Amino acid sequence: MKLTEKEVRHVANLANLNLTEEEVAKMLVDLDGILEHMDRLKEINTDGVAPMSQVLFDAGDTASLRADVPMPSLPNADALLNAPQPGQGYFKVPKVIERS
Amino acid sequence: MTKHTISSVRAGLLSKEFSAVELTRQALSFAEAENPKTNAYLSFSPERALAAAERVDARIAAGEDPGALGGVPVAVKDVILTKGLKTTCASKLLENFIAPYDATAIERIEAAGGVIIGKTNCDEFAMGSSNENSAFGPVRNPVALDRVPGGSSGGSAAVVAQGTAVVSLGSDTGGSIRQPASFCGIVGVTPTYGRVSRYGLVAFASSLDHIGPFARNTRDAATLLEVMAGRDPKDATSAEAPVPSYAASMTGNVKGLKIGIPVEYMKHATGETADLVNASFRKLQAMGCELREISLPNTDYAIDTYYIICTAEASSNLARYDGVRYTTRSQNSGTLSDLYKNTRGEGFGAEVKRRIMLGTYVLSHGYYDAYYKKAQMVRNLITQDFNKAFTEVDAIVAPVSPFPAFKLGEKVNDPISMYLSDIYTITGSLAGIPCMSTPCGNTSEGLPVGLQILCKHFGEETMFRLADAFENS
Repeated sequence: MKLTEKEVRHVANLANLNLTEEEVAKMLVDLDGILEHMDRLKEINTDGVAPMSQVLFDAGDTASLRADVPMPSLPNADALLNAPQPGQGYFKVPKVIERS
Repeated sequence: MTKHTISSVRAGLLSKEFSAVELTRQALSFAEAENPKTNAYLSFSPERALAAAERVDARIAAGEDPGALGGVPVAVKDVILTKGLKTTCASKLLENFIAPYDATAIERIEAAGGVIIGKTNCDEFAMGSSNENSAFGPVRNPVALDRVPGGSSGGSAAVVAQGTAVVSLGSDTGGSIRQPASFCGIVGVTPTYGRVSRYGLVAFASSLDHIGPFARNTRDAATLLEVMAGRDPKDATSAEAPVPSYAASMTGNVKGLKIGIPVEYMKHATGETADLVNASFRKLQAMGCELREISLPNTDYAIDTYYIICTAEASSNLARYDGVRYTTRSQNSGTLSDLYKNTRGEGFGAEVKRRIMLGTYVLSHGYYDAYYKKAQMVRNLITQDFNKAFTEVDAIVAPVSPFPAFKLGEKVNDPISMYLSDIYTITGSLAGIPCMSTPCGNTSEGLPVGLQILCKHFGEETMFRLADAFENS
């Protein structure tokens, strides 16, 4: 096994993901199998190869930038239309700071 | 309805055989009546569709051109934003989400006279290869109802195959347009990365996501792509490259076109899929193409590379679904941290959770270099394989999938086997080159098989010329 149950719980915590006990057990088996498959990448020599983070094609250096002109943004009311708990023009969440 | 193409709709409108409003009403009632068979549509948009159709009829009445897509019923994968309409991503978390703006692709389709009639089912957040990961039930393949339509754009492929839309939009990250197109026996196109703006496409893996068309022939797919293509200031990754006339490229003449057959792809292909693809090679040769074997040596590592990169990007992109701004919210949370964790734990389906976990793991401390960075380097090698091949050949042809449509439930409990079904489509996605699936025959059980055509960056004209000639030979 490459993974432990403790690591699965740690990663779930990093991902802000609540998993049930059954899900943790299943995730351990699934991820372990997938990671073992992925270890095949170690076979390839990538010395001196640049990591490719984006598809590149021939274009001018600033071709992807538009002029810096202010434009209207989404109106407040529209931005709140899908909010599970809107209020006073904001998104409401449980209290994070207690009054002392 | 089931026989219409973009050009037959245009001819019917211009000869007053029917109006756009009449065609839209007919399309909507037919699609709604047929939908229980496949579950391919998640919602219909009659008001918006009829308003668009009325604008087309008004143009015609005023003696104007109805537009390149005038009156054409278009279905849209439910990961693409449509203002005022639900856009659920086939996720429980977004079951009530109404898009506050339109994707650029949608704006361009409607400006060209297209009529959006509904939103199609897919795998949750476009993650899957069978459409069985939808929170709203799987889609059935209209060609064989006990089989999957492919994924993740299964609904968009099914509606075009079924004839409940003339064309549709899908999204492709690792094969999500080509594989369902091949399973349903239609044409599906993944354009060059950057060819179509992704503004308003719900992000899954940003360095790999594409919007692309489904159609019943190459011409219709090319027309729809041409309408959507081109620079969009709202998407910094959209390309400046001019958009050519794809129709002008489809000359029917492919004599002397140099075509590569990657040996690494054919060594896995077996059974009737291999037979049909091999028969297609002979057909291309008879059409005057020059075929030669080529090598794409890093092909075997593509699946692992892809599933590291796409899950890493997904884990980051899906962080926004936290129960605060636009998703359903867990009701049992006292603290903000619990609110995030419970909302996500209750709302995401199994495959999405698996990918978020995998992506978080490969990006986490101590594993970043071994997995994520390594995969990005291998991605570069895979791209170089293609660049080298395209100095020798004009196009590459290969299978789309190792097998035709499989039965519902057949692979659902085996994620690795499901991931391996993307083996031939993932390489093109990683390189960002244009690729498409075009039908090349049916198995003895009547299941469609697709032929994949891949060209160099912005080589859509060659790709369409070859596909169109192949289709008409």
